[in-house]
Amino acid sequence: MKPAKFDYARAGDVADAIRLLGSTDGFNKPLGGGMSLGPMMNLRLAQPDLVVEVRKLDALKAVTEEGGYLVVGAGITHAEIEDGKIPDTANGMMRFVAGQIAYRAVRNRGTVGGSIAHADPAADWPTALRALGAEVAIDGPDGARVVPLSEFQLAAFTVALEPADIVTALRIPKLSPGAKWGYYKICRKPGEFADSIGAVVHDPERGRTNVVLGATDGAPLDVPALAEAVRAGTAVEIDDAKAALAAQGAVFDDYGNQIHAVALSRAIKGALAS
Amino acid sequence: MSDTGIGASVPRKEDRRFLAGRGNYVADIAAANEMALAFVRSPVAHGRIRSIRKPDGAENRVFTADDLDGVEPMRAPSKLPGYKPSDFPALAIGKVRFVGETVVACVGATRAEAEDLAQAVEVDYEELDPAVDMLEARRPGAPLVHDSWGDNIALATRTDGDMESVKARAAHSVTREFRMSRQAMVPMEGRAVLAEWNSRMDQLIVHTATQVPHLIRAGLAMFLGLEQRQVRVIAPDVGGGFGLKTYVQPEELVACWYAMKFGRPARWISDRREHLIADANCREHHYIVTAHADEEGRILGLEGEVTVDAGAYSIYPFTNCLEAAMAGGNLPGPYAIEAYGVKTWTVVTNKPPLVPYRGVARPGVAFAMEMLVDAVARTVGREPHEVRMINMVPASAMPYTNIARKTFDSGDHPGAVARAAQMIDIAAVRERQARDEPDGRLIGLGFGSYVEQAAHGTSVFASWGVQMVPGYEQAGAKLTPDGGLELRVGVQSHGQGMETTLAQVASEILGIDPENVSVIHGDTGLTPYSTGTYASRSIVMAGGAVSRACEVLVERMRTIGAHLLQCEPDQIRVAGGRVMGPGGDLPFSEIGRVWYINPEELPADVDTDGVEAVVGYRPEPDHGTFSYSTHAAVVAVDPDTGAVEVLDYVVVEDCGTMVNPMVVSGQVYGGAAQGIGTALFEESPFDESGQPLASTFADYHLPGAAEVPAFRLAHMVTPSPHTEHGIKGMGEGSTIPTPAVIGNAVNDALKRYGAEVNETPISPRRVLAAIAAAEGEAA
Repeated sequence: MKPAKFDYARAGDVADAIRLLGSTDGFNKPLGGGMSLGPMMNLRLAQPDLVVEVRKLDALKAVTEEGGYLVVGAGITHAEIEDGKIPDTANGMMRFVAGQIAYRAVRNRGTVGGSIAHADPAADWPTALRALGAEVAIDGPDGARVVPLSEFQLAAFTVALEPADIVTALRIPKLSPGAKWGYYKICRKPGEFADSIGAVVHDPERGRTNVVLGATDGAPLDVPALAEAVRAGTAVEIDDAKAALAAQGAVFDDYGNQIHAVALSRAIKGALAS
Repeated sequence: MSDTGIGASVPRKEDRRFLAGRGNYVADIAAANEMALAFVRSPVAHGRIRSIRKPDGAENRVFTADDLDGVEPMRAPSKLPGYKPSDFPALAIGKVRFVGETVVACVGATRAEAEDLAQAVEVDYEELDPAVDMLEARRPGAPLVHDSWGDNIALATRTDGDMESVKARAAHSVTREFRMSRQAMVPMEGRAVLAEWNSRMDQLIVHTATQVPHLIRAGLAMFLGLEQRQVRVIAPDVGGGFGLKTYVQPEELVACWYAMKFGRPARWISDRREHLIADANCREHHYIVTAHADEEGRILGLEGEVTVDAGAYSIYPFTNCLEAAMAGGNLPGPYAIEAYGVKTWTVVTNKPPLVPYRGVARPGVAFAMEMLVDAVARTVGREPHEVRMINMVPASAMPYTNIARKTFDSGDHPGAVARAAQMIDIAAVRERQARDEPDGRLIGLGFGSYVEQAAHGTSVFASWGVQMVPGYEQAGAKLTPDGGLELRVGVQSHGQGMETTLAQVASEILGIDPENVSVIHGDTGLTPYSTGTYASRSIVMAGGAVSRACEVLVERMRTIGAHLLQCEPDQIRVAGGRVMGPGGDLPFSEIGRVWYINPEELPADVDTDGVEAVVGYRPEPDHGTFSYSTHAAVVAVDPDTGAVEVLDYVVVEDCGTMVNPMVVSGQVYGGAAQGIGTALFEESPFDESGQPLASTFADYHLPGAAEVPAFRLAHMVTPSPHTEHGIKGMGEGSTIPTPAVIGNAVNDALKRYGAEVNETPISPRRVLAAIAAAEGEAA
């Protein structure tokens, strides 16, 4: 379990990273915390020609507030969020989610940008940040752009990034003080990849109510019928969640149908009780 | 009891280096000019090798079976009638029989380079239909794993009981089907080997992570065509074994061959992926069992069909038949049953070989039997612990020979059940169960009991037909010139704490401080022959041998001491690390000085063998010791997610005299944690084409600190009448009942649905499926 040969470069800044990533025709990958890319390279599932380390770039460690957004640099680690090192503009939801990601050793290195770019369906941020209505700040050879997470996430492990693009930040709308959220993850044991994730954000003041299902076979899934129920303050039981998923064509195996409905129902209950 | 002898909870001496990160494992040992090995492994479960293309220019670094001159396939013989041996080649010959089988070996200056080469090798396979499920593989017409066999049955056995007479008296016949899934064995340290040829010694020196260095030596010599004197096996610190490290591995043979052929050391360190894919697996059993019981729940007769999925090859030396043999012999458990009949099948499939894992067959046996006991209890409407107690062999009947001809040496089995019932507080649990939990979860209570034959002796192993039968266990004891003690044993301590406990046995006899005792093990060049560490035998066998060897030293020191102290030998006492006479006493260092340095001061009648002795020991009778235990657990089951949480867990155990109660407790904790792994998490599933589905720890789940409860322990002490100091073997035991305890507790929680889970691991998926099936039946 040793990686195939690869070249390694440490970028000096974001422009340098983009230049390096576009410098050869090969398969080049930016390296953040390496918590997914590292194992995939060791298993030889990923065999990049060039790895460009961006973990320590100042621009990717920046956290700023811009109007109604908290802009979190892509290189911020899960542990930094868990430990409250960035402002809490999500009424505690970011800290709660961060603290449940894998194990502390992984959280110490793994980054929010890396998680979003990697797009593992069972990861936490793709679902949690989609519920928060986050946007992805991207920089690349053609300049910088911002893409809503819902348009960024295309499928499992597939996102709207061009080969020399890097995710620079997550733009996360601030919640109003009265906003509620719920997050329920089902996994075999703490630290494992999720079997199901239900994420709910209900911010009537800002006109945002999202119910998102994660840890499916694909990108996180909005469940609009359940968002409507949350807006209406209607309790959502397991069978209601099952019916809502079935009505939008989201059908899984028996186990999946059950636990996805449970995760959504419990996330909604948590949000309404908060 | 002294502060440092038998019965003292002496802190483990070896922990000083382990806890400081100063252990010395195979991977820590470097040899000059060594090469690293990597393997091309079969990607198909069953196939014929059409062709192998080596990368250009890599002929001397890439090897196939055709290159391995002088290496014989591994064959594990057995004297059991009808047993079919299989040839397990170091590199596949013609056919591959499981995903992960070694096909091509590659060497490089580093492991990464060797893996680069392996990636460049091209192998063309003709895929064949695989035999994946053992019950299907047992049927006529199934794809044949070994073409010449005609079927896939390595061994079938049958024991008939007089069932008709008990059926006539039975009010209930309760039948259940159980399956214990295939799983991996996961020591912290994977398998590892470093082989080099030493011209001066005319010897192959093999550092390897093993529990049984002397058996590996015998196997390597046989399969490599060497004399045993030409092989020295060194097992340095070994980070757990649990059974995984008891067999000769293909990778070991290739490393040895390379070292001999090219005169350069060869290293192979297993990585977790090849460990989870290609190493031997364990457990996979299937049962159909029937209890014929009276109105009270007394089991009069027991019938069973046991099928064991042994994988593709029989491993050396223990063969693939031990599991089924043990299952057939252990199904009656601690119960007094009048009639017993059992059929067993050892079935080969296109999966990795099966080896006995901590508990050896008995976790599967107990899963079937203990869950059947609870099914009987539900049928007759009694508390499960009561049904256990009325069926158990009572203390007054000891020693007792059961229906499977096992002679229990001593103990109070019903007493252990009663104590566990008291500790878990049945009344309180039943009261809580009757109330609805605020979070909607369901509470369940489960029990499990077992009797564990351990330190099986010569007669038992001989009856199993295996080639390597343990006999008299030897230990060496040597007084050093400065009055310290060296013990030499052929068993391996790879987590058992024997560097401490064997020193305690010596301390019991000599009064010497364990700090002044070195326990030397893990090296065929330094230790007496032993079949090694397995079957919970080492503290019984090596402990007994150390005791006897130290007693010989006492006699020898007495003669010398009497001379020096000017008294008669029978006036001398050896205690507290000193030789004491009526008029004075001497430290051991004085005895050492006289024997080694100033022999002119020795008496004329001194024993000329000196202050060193190698002594053999075997308990008589040698049928083994019988530890026993009852566990009880309370679980909470979430009926919406199928998740199971263990809320409380108690263990009442009796392993006779405890050499070190802290070490005993540690073994209980570790074994029960592994049992929880089997019960709830660990599974190596395969798809229909024989592809392994859990090849990393992302898919192979182990219990961690958050999943293991704080076990509550109680020790009972009934010494064995047959062994030195009354010690009984206990290292494996607490893995045995745990899956059944958790299973019974889950089924107790699910009884309102009429649902039963009868397969490990008891995953959320299986719990939900059981509820859905019961609700389907009800509808």
